[in-house]
Amino acid sequence: MADQNALFEFLLRMGDNSLILGHRVSEWCGHSPVLEEDIALANTALDLIGQTQFWLGLAGEVEGKGRTADDLAFLRDAWDFRNVLLCELPNGDFGQTLMRQFLYDAWSSIMLGRLMTSSDARVAEIAAKASKEVAYHVERSGDTVVGLGDGTEESHARMQAALDYLWPYVGEMFDSDEVDAAMVKAGIAPDPASLREEYDALVAKVLGQATLTIPTDTFHHKGGRTGYMHTEHLGHLLTQMQWLQRAYPGATW
Amino acid sequence: MGQPSVDTIWDWLDQVPDPEIPVISLVDLGIIRDVKWKGDTLQVAVTPTYSGCPATSVINFDIETALRDRGIEKLTLTQQLSPPWTTDWLSDKGRAKLEEYGIAPPSPKGEPDRCPNCGGHNLERTSQFGSTPCKALWRCRDCLEPFDYFKCI
Repeated sequence: MADQNALFEFLLRMGDNSLILGHRVSEWCGHSPVLEEDIALANTALDLIGQTQFWLGLAGEVEGKGRTADDLAFLRDAWDFRNVLLCELPNGDFGQTLMRQFLYDAWSSIMLGRLMTSSDARVAEIAAKASKEVAYHVERSGDTVVGLGDGTEESHARMQAALDYLWPYVGEMFDSDEVDAAMVKAGIAPDPASLREEYDALVAKVLGQATLTIPTDTFHHKGGRTGYMHTEHLGHLLTQMQWLQRAYPGATW
Repeated sequence: MGQPSVDTIWDWLDQVPDPEIPVISLVDLGIIRDVKWKGDTLQVAVTPTYSGCPATSVINFDIETALRDRGIEKLTLTQQLSPPWTTDWLSDKGRAKLEEYGIAPPSPKGEPDRCPNCGGHNLERTSQFGSTPCKALWRCRDCLEPFDYFKCI
């Protein structure tokens, strides 16, 4: 039996990534440049929030203190969130949103593929469900990154600026610590570092087609997945996402 | 009243329409995974189509209402995630009804076989995402009508 605290932390990381990114993407609802993109972003957000319910639901079960997925989503403060910083960054323009989505989807599609063979059947079945949806996400975000990168002078410049801004946040997805070591030992999840090669190949292929240049600086920001230090953006996001439960504790409908 | 047979329950559930696409039933959609009696309690296992499908809670409510209306008193609904739902589970009856309704049914080649309005084959994809998580937006270049395609998953 794996260390239950480590498993709880791992599940929070999975759930918080999809929750925070899902909320960010939902901010586009009604604001996208064209109707089809609005619908696509709303559907992506919906899938991510749905996956969150499974990950955080299981996290609450593993923790064993009676907390539900909703409790974990709405009643924790910024320092208790375990999403990577990439997910909480502001949307920026449409291009930056889709670049962030692609950089995340590429990681997520590889991670979920590995988790489908997890030794924990509950983790494996959530991954099997989510990976089918994420296959559609990465197809679309990748296509859009190519369309805009290899588009007009204006769209190309914006996509390169988005990549330059977001790239230093990619590395955190491949960091490993004692939680990951415990997951590897129990056969529950892979070492994130082991996904890097496949990720770099996928990202290089798509960004190459998009005529974009990957920054060479290897510095990366961190602190989200460990909870050590989030960006200031997370707190602002939570004031919106958690507003109702903060203003009216225990409200239901 | 005696305990209705499992086949009878399946027939009843086949009369419960999908809340988003009411021409097909929950059984047509393939989301009812198991129906069985455990003592005097009826157990129904349901799988979600997409993780975040907003119809999921309505579907559970509709199942419960339909069965309670027919006198089922003890009922447990369980969510079954594995194996994950696939459009391969759509019934032939459901596929035909979808097309009649104007939604192109899923096809193994990953795109609609023909326009559900005019039968044309000159089709183009507008977006892989549509009005519900399970659909994509397509357009027919023959009759110029847009239509929904129930995408494969």
